Amino acid sequence: MEKLLMGRAWVFGDDVDTDLIIPARRLVSGDESVLGRYCMEDADPEFAARVSPGDIIVAGENFGCGSSREHAPLAIRGAGCSCVIASSFARIFFRNAINTGLPIFECPEAAASAREGDEIEVDPAAGVIVNRRSGGTYPVAPFPPFLQELVRRGGLAPYVREELARRRQA
Amino acid sequence: MGRTMASAIIASHSASEAREGEICKVRVDFAFANDITTPPAAASFAEMGAERVFDRERCAVLPDHFTPNRDIASAEQAKRGREFALSQGMLYWEVGRVGVEHAFLPESGYILPGDVVVGADSHTCTGGALGAFATGMGSTDLAAAWALGETWLKVPPTIRVRFEGERPQWITGKDMILSLLGRIGVQGARYMALEFAGDALASLPVDDRFTIANMAVEAGAKAGLFPPDDAALSYAKSRAKRPFEPVWPDKDAPYLRTEVFDVGAMSPVAALPHSPDNVRPVRECGSPRIDQVFIGSCTNGRLEDIAAAARIMKGRRVADGVRCIVIPASYEVYNRAMDLGYLRVFTDAGAVVCTPTCGPCLGGHTGVLAAGERCVSTSNRNFTGRMGSPKSEVILASPLTAAASAIAGRLTDPRDVEA
Repeated sequence: MEKLLMGRAWVFGDDVDTDLIIPARRLVSGDESVLGRYCMEDADPEFAARVSPGDIIVAGENFGCGSSREHAPLAIRGAGCSCVIASSFARIFFRNAINTGLPIFECPEAAASAREGDEIEVDPAAGVIVNRRSGGTYPVAPFPPFLQELVRRGGLAPYVREELARRRQA
Repeated sequence: MGRTMASAIIASHSASEAREGEICKVRVDFAFANDITTPPAAASFAEMGAERVFDRERCAVLPDHFTPNRDIASAEQAKRGREFALSQGMLYWEVGRVGVEHAFLPESGYILPGDVVVGADSHTCTGGALGAFATGMGSTDLAAAWALGETWLKVPPTIRVRFEGERPQWITGKDMILSLLGRIGVQGARYMALEFAGDALASLPVDDRFTIANMAVEAGAKAGLFPPDDAALSYAKSRAKRPFEPVWPDKDAPYLRTEVFDVGAMSPVAALPHSPDNVRPVRECGSPRIDQVFIGSCTNGRLEDIAAAARIMKGRRVADGVRCIVIPASYEVYNRAMDLGYLRVFTDAGAVVCTPTCGPCLGGHTGVLAAGERCVSTSNRNFTGRMGSPKSEVILASPLTAAASAIAGRLTDPRDVEA
């Protein structure tokens, strides 16, 4: 049973790139708590200090464009965010978020309606986003079956572990 | 129904039909990571319970981003990557024998026509210049490819880009890809492939094709593919480390749409801060003053690029108050540029020549920007803070435009210096 995700919205625009999420100069650690201190620092130097556990990044189109750095979803997790809601995600970031266990929700309606500081609630199991300020309720389209299977098995690492075990027996 | 390049290459590496939109398991020909992305990949590899990479001759670690090590933290990081590579017995080249990964690997014959290549670096798409389906991923995906020799891919739809007409001498591959980005935007090809065509490609040097394929990711694309012609095949054959099987698109391949450019009518262009799609003709940018020029990177650090910059700079001086940093992207390029006298042209002009590294492109080292500074760069991204201070500015342009700007001290069209 996936738990509810609840927090305040931090609203960003379109094309939030990975250099904004975590600048390249910080990429000498893979520790998410270290990366989290610098999350979004070039967009909003106060972000990491002011964000509360559970808070939610809400953004427009193409969130996470740019580099392939897996440090980007790790920094968001390290800052304490519970998830990202965006109109759309850049493809490498999308894969990296799934692989590192950062919940992401592609929902243009929920993204467009959110204002800074809105209380937002996400029910991942039901696939529903609720904006507590406006009362708006927004369905999230489920992942394709293969990705659901990946998530169900606990991510890519457990999937590969099972696959390697299967090959050793074959 | 015929197949696009992307669909044809994926189908040749998969047991499934590999029709557009299908998620397939795909065999991987080559998989690599760099000094930043290897340590997390090594950690994932261990978490997966993997013991050996699937093939030591097809898996590589290349230290290029913060190397030669810029500080203690990056030295520790590079050390972890080196130790992983040596413990696996996989391909590894030390500083002094490597180069920027996307220049070094194709020129060394590891990325070949018809291949499926994955790299833990977004500019892996550079390999599309030779007709490889090459795509960037994160470290965990890369670790899975190292462990299994396969990855999963969703077969992308393809936008065809036709470059027609006769290319003027001041138009480079950089002007062509920036023109495309200016038209379709940074998400214009999100989750898609780009496939390049048109009669302007026949005379386009392979080095310029690398520039174009390299920036496919700046449009959000998964891959940017050139169907291999004689020039690409002879480039690959003369360097190949293993046999390869080129793949071409079918005549009746289904494209999402076609974008057509008249290269003969193009002007040199630049991407102004802070997005690669903020593209304008250089002559319409208002000649802003600059503090620095960077000529190099996986986008524009190859011999054609260095030669173009040297052509402009020969017998001239870098403007007072401007730092010009030239970084050949590999030692092959460095040594050829030395033999041909280009490096001397730069140092005579008052430019800096550095050892191959990604360095300043990502604000790593050897040319980081202070607040309020502006740089004309031949690299691929001008996001806020990309080359240093979040209050600095980066303008992307061709090596010709960058060299002309270094001399003038302002963003300058190469035609206005050559005259």
